[in-house]
Amino acid sequence: MIEYIIAISIFAGIYGFVALGLNIQWGLTGLINLGQVAFFAVGAYAFALAAKAGVPFILALAISACVSGLFGAAVAMFTPRLREDYLAIVTLGFSEFVRLILLNEKWLAGGPDGVAGIPRPNLPIGLPSELAFLTITAFALAIAFALTRRIEKLPFGRTLRAIREDETVVTSVGKISLSYKAQAFMLGAALAGIGGAFFASYLSYISPDMFGPNVSIYVLAAVLIGTQGSSAATLISTALVAMLLEGTRLLKDYITFVDGVELAALRLVALGVALIAIVIVRYRPGRI
Amino acid sequence: MSQILEIKALSRSFGGLKAVSGCDFSVREGSITGLVGPNGAGKSTLFNLVSGFVKADSGQVVFRGDRIESLAGHDVARLGLRRTFQIPRELKNMTVIENLLLVPAGQTGDRLVSVIFPGWKVKAEERKLVETAREVLATVGLSEKAGHLAVRLSGGQKKLLELARCLMAKPKMLLLDEPTAGVNPTLIRHLMSVLRKVHESGVTLLIIEHNMTVIMELCERVIVMDRGRVIAAGTPSEIQSNEEVLDAYLGGISA
Repeated sequence: MIEYIIAISIFAGIYGFVALGLNIQWGLTGLINLGQVAFFAVGAYAFALAAKAGVPFILALAISACVSGLFGAAVAMFTPRLREDYLAIVTLGFSEFVRLILLNEKWLAGGPDGVAGIPRPNLPIGLPSELAFLTITAFALAIAFALTRRIEKLPFGRTLRAIREDETVVTSVGKISLSYKAQAFMLGAALAGIGGAFFASYLSYISPDMFGPNVSIYVLAAVLIGTQGSSAATLISTALVAMLLEGTRLLKDYITFVDGVELAALRLVALGVALIAIVIVRYRPGRI
Repeated sequence: MSQILEIKALSRSFGGLKAVSGCDFSVREGSITGLVGPNGAGKSTLFNLVSGFVKADSGQVVFRGDRIESLAGHDVARLGLRRTFQIPRELKNMTVIENLLLVPAGQTGDRLVSVIFPGWKVKAEERKLVETAREVLATVGLSEKAGHLAVRLSGGQKKLLELARCLMAKPKMLLLDEPTAGVNPTLIRHLMSVLRKVHESGVTLLIIEHNMTVIMELCERVIVMDRGRVIAAGTPSEIQSNEEVLDAYLGGISA
């Protein structure tokens, strides 16, 4: 049981990075991104390949953040005029594009076989391996959280919020909005990449089928449930979504009138219903 | 007297519609100039062309001796030529003072790298900016609203906020697109006194306006546009008795 809770916590922490990243892009800057999983995947693969090549953990982490960040900046640079629904379609398409490349280009990272034997960090502390990994994840997440909180409060974050409100105004006051949008996307992608690196390191095996659009949607749900634009609320709601998705597995011991397969489907139904309820309550017309 | 802004043979079409076609006029430095004309005359398009939001098909825009017609909107703004919008574009879910703090260029904390540096310099700058913003808010009479969300302002107050946002940048010239449209008469008086104050501080104003009282009282010179070009220019009283102007406004019923 305790192992299971640690595992859920690690997954929640991993998704925490991805959600913090999406919160900068979407919550703060208003750039909808339905393909956050693409940057998560790029980060995971970059880490896997680097770590297997013998690069130390911290350096491999930095590499995966940089590579994902570059991809993020590139997506922003190629979509300067897109907003809202169009950007949603492009990012969704981009994430599928990344997944299909990983699936079909065998020379790159094993194709459908994925990458196995990804090392975990070596720890000087004498904790059991799982707990130690949770400690590192939590520590890194705390740093990411502190940085995103800082960004929200800086004039830089103010400009990002202004872009969310009305990009034309940002131009009219003499600021290059494209540059800010690219930086927001880069930052969000880099955070997703770090999440991917922890994901790869934790599971020690990754394959393209782990990076489907549902990952993007879970993270989107977390940002939507949290107050858009607030890092703290984003982390809390990520934990809630993780609990809703994973924790409900435990219900099978108590609920006997449905079988396991049905319950698995019902868990997703529960997330969907929660999402609809929250959108209706929190984003109803006339409420600002 | 030098000309701060010169428009030369400026044209722009949208499909088959010639919104601005062969427009020529200039604005004297330090003046308050009115730009009037019937709806659809091309006034707002002209503002969009001058401020770099829309690119001209042909012609020139010269601001303080430099051609600016090919510059992007943010570059035109940086030269000190700022604009307001006909329908106020307040940043709704940000406070009034945040709407102003956004404006100043070159803020240390406005760059991503500042996130890894200690915050003392940003804080010191921010204190100064808040001070400036409060002064600007006092000038336009929005001091009490500083902490309110912009979406809560009345229509007239939003117009004042647009103006305040421009003033925050210490501009050389302002393009005001119908500053008094939809504003109640009391607030119009206030707005006019604010505009006079701004003018006295050395800012050149070019105002699109339908309210003739405002034009008569404020402007030393009026430019009249119809169907994308200038049909008359002169003092307000000259314009009022100009046959062609009356014709344009009344749609040629008198003919």
